[in-house]
Amino acid sequence: MDSSNAAGTSNGGSGDGDPAAAARRNTKMPKYSKFTQQELPACKPILTPKWVVSVFFLVGVIFVPVGVVSLLAARDVVEIIDRYDDACVPVNMTDNKLGYIQNETISKECTRTLTVTKDMKQPIFVYYQLDNFYQNHRRYVKSRNDAQLRDYKKANQTTSCEPERTTADGKPIVPCGLIAWSLFNDTYIFNRGNENLTVDKKDISWKSDREHKFAKNVYPSNFQNGGLIGGAKLDSSIPLSDQEDLIVWMRTAALPTFRKLYGRIYVDLKENDTITVKLDNNYNTYSFGGKKKLVLSTATWLGGKNDFLGFAYLIVGGLCIFLAFAFTLLYVIKPRKLGDHNYLSWNRHPAGR
Amino acid sequence: MKRFVYVNDESCGESYCDNRVSNTKYTLWNFLPKNLLEQFRRFMNQYFLLIACLQLWSRITPVSPVTTWGPLAIIFIVSASKEAWDDYNRYLSDKKANERKVWVVKDGIRGQIKAQEIHVGNIVWLHENDEIPCDLVLIGTSDPQGICYVETAALDGETDLKTRIIPSICANLSSDQLGKVKGVLECPNPDNDIRRFDANMRLFPPIIDNEKCPLAINNTLLQSCYLRYTEWACGVAIYTGNETKSGMSRGTAEPKLTAADSMIDKLTVAIFVFQIVVVLVLGFAGNIWKDSNGRKHWYLMYPAEGPWYDFLVIPLRFELLCSIMIPISIKVTLDLAKGVYAKFIDCDEQMFDRETSTPAHSANTAISEDLGQVEYILSDKTGTLTENIMIFRRCCINNTQYGDDSGDALKDTRLLNAVSSNEPDVVKFLMVMALCNTVVPIKSNDGAISYKAQSQDEEALVNAASNLNMVLTSKDSSSAEICFNSSKFQYELLDVLEFTSDRKRMSVVVKEGGSGKFLLLSKGADEAIFPRSNPGQQTKTYLEAVEMYSHLGLRTLCLGWRELEEGEYKEWSKKFQEASCSLDNRECKIAEVCHSLEQGINILGVTAIEDRLQDGVPETIKLLRSAGINVWMLTGDKQNTAIQIALLCNLITPESNGQLLSINGKTEDEILRSLERALVIMKTTPERKDLAFVLDGWTLEIILKHSMESFTRLAMLSRTAICCRMTPLQKAQLVGILKTVGYLTLAIGDGGNDVRMIQEANIGVGISGREGLQAARAADYSIGKFKFLKRLILVHGRYSYNRTAFISQYSFYKSLLICFIQILFSFVTGLSGTSLFNSISLMAYNVFYTSLPVMTILFDKDMSETTVLQYPQILLYSQAGRLLNPSTFAGWFGRSLYHALVVFLITVHTNAYEQSNMEEISMVALSGCIWLQAFVVTLDTKCTLSCGASVVNLHTGSPWL
Repeated sequence: MDSSNAAGTSNGGSGDGDPAAAARRNTKMPKYSKFTQQELPACKPILTPKWVVSVFFLVGVIFVPVGVVSLLAARDVVEIIDRYDDACVPVNMTDNKLGYIQNETISKECTRTLTVTKDMKQPIFVYYQLDNFYQNHRRYVKSRNDAQLRDYKKANQTTSCEPERTTADGKPIVPCGLIAWSLFNDTYIFNRGNENLTVDKKDISWKSDREHKFAKNVYPSNFQNGGLIGGAKLDSSIPLSDQEDLIVWMRTAALPTFRKLYGRIYVDLKENDTITVKLDNNYNTYSFGGKKKLVLSTATWLGGKNDFLGFAYLIVGGLCIFLAFAFTLLYVIKPRKLGDHNYLSWNRHPAGR
Repeated sequence: MKRFVYVNDESCGESYCDNRVSNTKYTLWNFLPKNLLEQFRRFMNQYFLLIACLQLWSRITPVSPVTTWGPLAIIFIVSASKEAWDDYNRYLSDKKANERKVWVVKDGIRGQIKAQEIHVGNIVWLHENDEIPCDLVLIGTSDPQGICYVETAALDGETDLKTRIIPSICANLSSDQLGKVKGVLECPNPDNDIRRFDANMRLFPPIIDNEKCPLAINNTLLQSCYLRYTEWACGVAIYTGNETKSGMSRGTAEPKLTAADSMIDKLTVAIFVFQIVVVLVLGFAGNIWKDSNGRKHWYLMYPAEGPWYDFLVIPLRFELLCSIMIPISIKVTLDLAKGVYAKFIDCDEQMFDRETSTPAHSANTAISEDLGQVEYILSDKTGTLTENIMIFRRCCINNTQYGDDSGDALKDTRLLNAVSSNEPDVVKFLMVMALCNTVVPIKSNDGAISYKAQSQDEEALVNAASNLNMVLTSKDSSSAEICFNSSKFQYELLDVLEFTSDRKRMSVVVKEGGSGKFLLLSKGADEAIFPRSNPGQQTKTYLEAVEMYSHLGLRTLCLGWRELEEGEYKEWSKKFQEASCSLDNRECKIAEVCHSLEQGINILGVTAIEDRLQDGVPETIKLLRSAGINVWMLTGDKQNTAIQIALLCNLITPESNGQLLSINGKTEDEILRSLERALVIMKTTPERKDLAFVLDGWTLEIILKHSMESFTRLAMLSRTAICCRMTPLQKAQLVGILKTVGYLTLAIGDGGNDVRMIQEANIGVGISGREGLQAARAADYSIGKFKFLKRLILVHGRYSYNRTAFISQYSFYKSLLICFIQILFSFVTGLSGTSLFNSISLMAYNVFYTSLPVMTILFDKDMSETTVLQYPQILLYSQAGRLLNPSTFAGWFGRSLYHALVVFLITVHTNAYEQSNMEEISMVALSGCIWLQAFVVTLDTKCTLSCGASVVNLHTGSPWL
């Protein structure tokens, strides 16, 4: 009892000898435990200038190399991006792109030539990139039914699939919903000279999706049969778990600009190789001014070509080191005694409040 | 407005309720609706219900309704089951009381019935140590004198025994007659005043006595008291069931709301307004996007023409998305935290009083934060600052002062000599000391006499008298025996003119056994006795003695006596009887009658009783004052004594450094002028610290009547005040004045006269002292000694405030953080109101990741207890509410916005392009938030470190890439 009142503000004890003996006498005495007496061991580090400077310095020293390494890794990635939505519109139709894409009689075939800027090691990832496409829109995101995809017996479960639930005569659509209905349907064929570069479309989707979310015994039915055709059609003889383009598409993007994996090319490309891409420009992005891009990219341990992380680490690390130096300088030039009572507010404004 | 009770008449009882006691709030049938209704009276609950209902509409709900219904149901179930459990326990104890067997006499036949079957008019037969089942009027006891003893601890907390007597009309009834007695009692309608019962009684033939017999509170046996030291007693039931005095004085106390709580409420409303604005803006923008852009995006398949309520859908979606801004968990978290604070107080070893073996206790678990924000302490003096152990120290008899040399009159040889030589003045003085009181002598088996008294002063006087060979050997309602120097004297006790705080004196009228002389013996405060003294008597020396004693901090009482003519007494007695019988305004009439008798008193002398300061009081007051708390002393005691005690306990500083402004005067004008003068001095003195004002009850009454405003201004300027001669009501009034100006007040006291002040104050602290437990029961906190107050305020109060400030703002912060991320996300989803996080993540975030870890703050100490007690000025921070106010909240608000921006931008940029799928981004953002929370909690409330937290945050995304 007396020990913690060492401040001398009061003779806290009532002075009746041994507290333990008194405790035994008094049954009403609260039981002692560190928990109830709020005496749990704790450490309260004081932020002395030395501590602050060393912490900042340490963070800086760790972050800067991490930043450099990730920046280097990102720079290693070779990326070829080709925007083709405008270029594939025939010259006479540039004023009426919507008419072009909606007219089924016009051939949508288009050829693009790409030049490899740097050596590209296999595997080379083929992505299509859409801009200004709101896969994250609430109407869109919600318009699916996972139960239906998992279990063939639940084909009738089309709740939340509005407005693509059933065909006009009331049969359930599998897979239902706007997401599946608007499946991307541009296709790409790659050639280097005369050599055909096969695009491997296996395992482009998440393994967990294939195994758990899309069942092996669920087959598309009544898909794209309605009046309005959205995007790609599905081969109704292939189970959903093997429809990998669909699986990739249905993992909705969170941002209006996104890339989706189209396939992989297991061939090394040399600098200055020319690659011709024969593509079917079927997908309508013209009505809402979206862009379509074809992306070929290598990958490193850090993923694709994204400088952001490296820069972020560098900037924060640099800032920390700068602050460490600034504080050191401040400490050397104008040191302040730690725990100086003159800085306490009631000492600065003696009148109280 | 009267009730007529016919004794032993079955038909009469039917019109009143039976004796079924019910303390339960609910019945089995109305529990659900009533409880729900009660819970939905709170704004927050209404808000959550609205949100939960909106969520049922699948068109607009961003997440599954479970996210709101789940927690809402849990909150409701938890508080409902707590209520139900409490109510069930109340029901059980009621049932036990209701089904207890009691003896009842009906038409002369004694029989046992259940307590709940007692009806008004029944005669209830009680045995020793029985609990009294309903309010009774005593009509018979085993005692030949017609008295019995009751313990009223359960009713008023006073542990001493009270004497109850049979009304005169029922005296001499045999126990057979008692069973058959018929009569009528005229008594007021049930009320909750346990100190007053103004009724009368008449008996019917065959026991004819046409006189109305007055009944008072000392003729009653009240429910929940116990019969003691009396073989049997019987009484007529007058109030039963919930209409008894104890039943009527029950009642749920208004829940107190702490300053921190009301601040949180205000902030909640502010956030609500902010939320509405956000919803309206985003909803409007969303509708515009939909119309201008949305329809172009063919894959969204917007219908050309929506239903009529289409324009509402997007705003409502945003409302639901933003509903998490007001955290559903905050109430539960805070309640839990408050419960823990209260437990810490209960368990604090250092607030355990070893002498009386009383631990500190917090009866009100909800207001610990207020302790840390106390601005005014209003303290009682006797028993709170002092020990309330009265010791007779000095006296002045016949112009001789005893005890001046040794400081103890009992050891003064002059007095001892005077006693042994039978000096007449000294003998009379001692006789008044021994007889003029309400002390009950209790003889133990070995012949030793101990005294039970309601007032500590009386006990001290009787004990001192017995030490001076004037022993009060026995006493009952009508007679007393004293023994002086081994000779016995008999006295017939005729009337007791009771002590009230207005009269400030008490007298007894006795008839001397030998001579048959009628004597009036009086004792009281000097200003109550001297004006009534015999005009021929010189009182100057007595006045000087009083002056001197009170300068020493002693309590003085003046003793006096007067011989009465028999005729004078008889005439007066009749008037007194009448006054005692009156049904309304009885107290006032009695006082008037008493006044007429208490004239021309011969002053015998002055006694001085010492009441020592409690251990550690001066240090505690000094500490509290340097913590910026203003301490006022409100006492019923005399001005001089009060000032001396105030000097002793550091409340005021001696003349050279401090100034005591006395506000007094003989007329209203003088008083008001002196008030203005004090106000001017108070205003013009630059260092107000050592200024204090002192006034007494009468002055206060006039000031409150005429110049409330000036007084309020004075009260706001004055750090210290001494208010003497206060009635309980005035104490409460002073608290009320400070409260209306917006100060947070703490009232501390130990006696029944402090109860009103304790209940009125923001925080009531009771000292479980010698004057019974009444104050401690009414209080929010009870402690054993005044010195524990410093720990209660500086340690527990301060920590509680700091912790609540953190927990509440943190709760908002973490909800706002998530909400801001959702809002930012909505800007990249075409303002459609998509939720980035799924239902499970949101729930887990709110409960497991953020609500539970924050509980570690309950053990956080920003500063060690030693430091706080060493530098009490630190309390200024919590006192001024520096940790929880709109500007700190704005800080947390900004912090959450900033953190949300950092988390969102980093997540979105690191997970661009091929990694931009919903699940991944949502998980990365969520884990970013969780990491941030962890850092914020770890780094405590130190705002300087919050930038550190966000720097580290930059790292958080990376493990997930």
